[in-house]
Amino acid sequence: MSAAGAGRKAPRLRSLMPWLVLAFLVWLVGYPLLVVAAEAFGIGSPGGGGPTTEAFRSFFTRADEWNAMWRTLWISVLSTLAAAAIGVPLGFLFERNEIPGRRLLGALVALPVALPPLVGVIAFLFLYGESGLAARGLQTLGLDVSWRLTGAWAILLVHAYSMYVYFYLFTRAGLSGQDGAAIEAAQSLGASRSQILFRVTLPRLRPALAGATLLTFMTSLGSFSAPYIFGGGFRVMTTQIVASKLNGELRMAYVETTMLALLAFASLLLLRKIDPGLDLASGARGTPPARRRLHTRGARVGAASGGWILAGVLLLPHATLILMSLVPPNTWTVEAFPPVLGLVNYGDLLSSTERLRPALNSIWMAAAATLAAVVVGVMAARLSLRRGGLPGRALEAMMTLPWAIPGTVFALALAAAMSVNAPWVGRFVLVGTLWILPLAYLVRSLPLTGRSIFAGLRQLDPRLEEAAASLGAGALRTVLQIVLPLLRPAVIAGAGLAFITMLGDFVTSIVLYTYDTRPISIEIQSSLRIQETGIAAAYGVLLMVLSAAAFIAWDDRAGGRL
Amino acid sequence: MTASGVSVRFDDVFKAFDDTVVLAGVSLTVEPGEIFALLGPSGSGKTTMLRLLAGFEQLDRGRLLIADEAIEHLPPARRGVGMLFQSYALFPHLSVAENVAFGLKVRGGAQGGTEARVAEMLDLVRLSGFEQRRIAELSGGQQQRVALARALAPRPRVLLLDEPLSNLDPALREETRADLRRTVKQTGITTVLVTHEQEEAFELGERIGLLNEGGLEQVGEPAELYRDPASRFVATFVGRCSVLAGVVKERHGGGELTVRIESQPEAPAWRCRSNGELAVDDRVDVCVRPESVKLDSGDGPGLPGEIEAERFTGSNSFYAVRLAAGPTVEVAMPGTAAGLSGACVVRQLAGELPSAFAAAESGP
Repeated sequence: MSAAGAGRKAPRLRSLMPWLVLAFLVWLVGYPLLVVAAEAFGIGSPGGGGPTTEAFRSFFTRADEWNAMWRTLWISVLSTLAAAAIGVPLGFLFERNEIPGRRLLGALVALPVALPPLVGVIAFLFLYGESGLAARGLQTLGLDVSWRLTGAWAILLVHAYSMYVYFYLFTRAGLSGQDGAAIEAAQSLGASRSQILFRVTLPRLRPALAGATLLTFMTSLGSFSAPYIFGGGFRVMTTQIVASKLNGELRMAYVETTMLALLAFASLLLLRKIDPGLDLASGARGTPPARRRLHTRGARVGAASGGWILAGVLLLPHATLILMSLVPPNTWTVEAFPPVLGLVNYGDLLSSTERLRPALNSIWMAAAATLAAVVVGVMAARLSLRRGGLPGRALEAMMTLPWAIPGTVFALALAAAMSVNAPWVGRFVLVGTLWILPLAYLVRSLPLTGRSIFAGLRQLDPRLEEAAASLGAGALRTVLQIVLPLLRPAVIAGAGLAFITMLGDFVTSIVLYTYDTRPISIEIQSSLRIQETGIAAAYGVLLMVLSAAAFIAWDDRAGGRL
Repeated sequence: MTASGVSVRFDDVFKAFDDTVVLAGVSLTVEPGEIFALLGPSGSGKTTMLRLLAGFEQLDRGRLLIADEAIEHLPPARRGVGMLFQSYALFPHLSVAENVAFGLKVRGGAQGGTEARVAEMLDLVRLSGFEQRRIAELSGGQQQRVALARALAPRPRVLLLDEPLSNLDPALREETRADLRRTVKQTGITTVLVTHEQEEAFELGERIGLLNEGGLEQVGEPAELYRDPASRFVATFVGRCSVLAGVVKERHGGGELTVRIESQPEAPAWRCRSNGELAVDDRVDVCVRPESVKLDSGDGPGLPGEIEAERFTGSNSFYAVRLAAGPTVEVAMPGTAAGLSGACVVRQLAGELPSAFAAAESGP
């Protein structure tokens, strides 16, 4: 082949690559959503007859469906407000004040972000549940109190507890990026402390708070663990979908899935419309103002004590989880505190292959999905940013889409799309096989790795790749020797977050797992159902330890970017 | 060390981004071993020419030739072109030696040969002993030299320099400029340099191509561009000049003209030179270099005016003189021409002929 011929062939392949990757992402991310919407109208379902709007009519006339939609909305709004009420003041406390042990306490307060939602939920159950440690403690003190941790308020409590971290982290990040000179300028112009707070600090914190609001609201909208464990008869859309599926009302489950997806899209668009600041960076950088020093010994001791008590309260559920994992089966009946503690549950868990299998399943499936998400993320980000235009924007949109869509929706969509053998329309029978869960995890990992890799690549000087090319390096060598080493922190940060999230996934697993691929979260749920609370707690602790270990290792390697 | 240079040719090159034409049929030949500077304002198309040559952009029409061989279809890696980027684009995760060796290893060079070449290149840019340093540990000037060594290491046929000194502070820039010229001339490689700074183009470039709005206004040696500009744009972009409106009164041989300055009908006419076809009574713009005129206090033959401002730069004082009928002329006087203020006359220096061009549509 002549040099000219080879030279012309390469650009043709290069120009096709974005479309090939885009086609794969559309098949993986967009297509299942279209299939589920189509099947909700009776289009494409095997033996489903012709197109019909009957299921939608039914959805709009049934009160329980409307209730679930309405509850999903107001629970999300209240969860966001509650999380903001806890997270924002905590952010100010730790970012603007020099209190003893600030670094350690600040990190402890952020810990729930690294823990899977299901772990937080069962930890709450063991601490504040009807027969939890708190209830037993109060009864031992002679207080005749009894409560049921169930319904809307239980869900709100768990949401507030697990989601305040978003506001806390965003507030701290926003404050640390503010220029202290602006505050000094306001002071020199005679502004009081409250005027500075409301007219200088908070307005400039708006992008950070808007980001936290969006994240919290969307997380709450798709929340499944808390409504599933604590909801009881109080159904939100995610639990309604799973209930419909379990009841065999597949068509209705597809309608609910479509409606929840539309609700999520509408919420996202509305939130962005209400606050354009969501798209803004956090503003000018500068040296943040010096932290306020506490001058008296009393103030310092008080602040430190308050901080530790707060950290204790926030970490108490997880401490309870550890305690519960040490309670041998059938040894704790009416006592306030477990009379016997030991490692029986861990011995049971580690000595049995069947018991260990869910942990190994979770690890390999999370690892495989993460690896695939990194490969797809790097390819999509490079092609998107280099190519730009329509395919570039579409690639980024496809990578981001799963973030806006609740996990339950994707699980149902994949279940609908991949339960039919019709290769000519891109449908294969994957439900019930080894591959469906890793595939679902891959879809949910894409926005986590993608966001980080896109950001990393945007910061990378494009001239570096041109320099490599001018020195004779081909595309593969440029990626392996230049792009990937420089993207390492971004890749590790995204991959770490994806791995931790998938390790504890419950929301997609409950729809798509098989006995052979059951992950830890499903085993926790099964153990709870058969009253093996010690084993469930031990699994929870295992998940917590694995997640924390991954978090610490990756945070270290990612240079503190997690 | 000296390599035999190759020619570089742009043949009717056309390039547009969306609806914006960046290069409108540019033709240019760079001679073997020459250092050629592409000079022009932002958006004139000079960086696009460099990127087309490097293969980072694809041309829409025309041909690109290196050593008479068409290269427009080749990917960057196969053009044999070394490039020094404005940001240097050094690989921050690699050491100095690894950066310089990158292009050699890509070509699968033997270990010993690579090491020797790296040492030779670092010696050339006077950075021997810096092999193991990280990029972040180097000063701006040192980074620039590493980037040059890296670009030269694989023995490219052509060297491209994209605003090579713009990231350096002014003091370092002058020193590095001389260093860069010495190093490039030592290798004998054909070099195309892009810059928007006239001083940089004049000192580094043996010839200069001045670009404006996607076309070449003039190609020539630095002195030619300065003393004999082909257009009003060249005259005003290269060096300082004041533009005075005038009317051609008389034509002489060798392109010389007598021009009466429009606002000064009573003042003596000026002797100018012109490259264009100008007739008697044509309206012209006369481009006056500050050093081609002098200032006398009080009355006398010349253009009467009033000194408005003085700017002292060390070797010269520059005076802004408002002529009686409106336009301002800048006049350079050696040293501190003390005592000059108020009313004065601007006179043409003997032997210094300002350039005259057909008058522009709008004012100066």
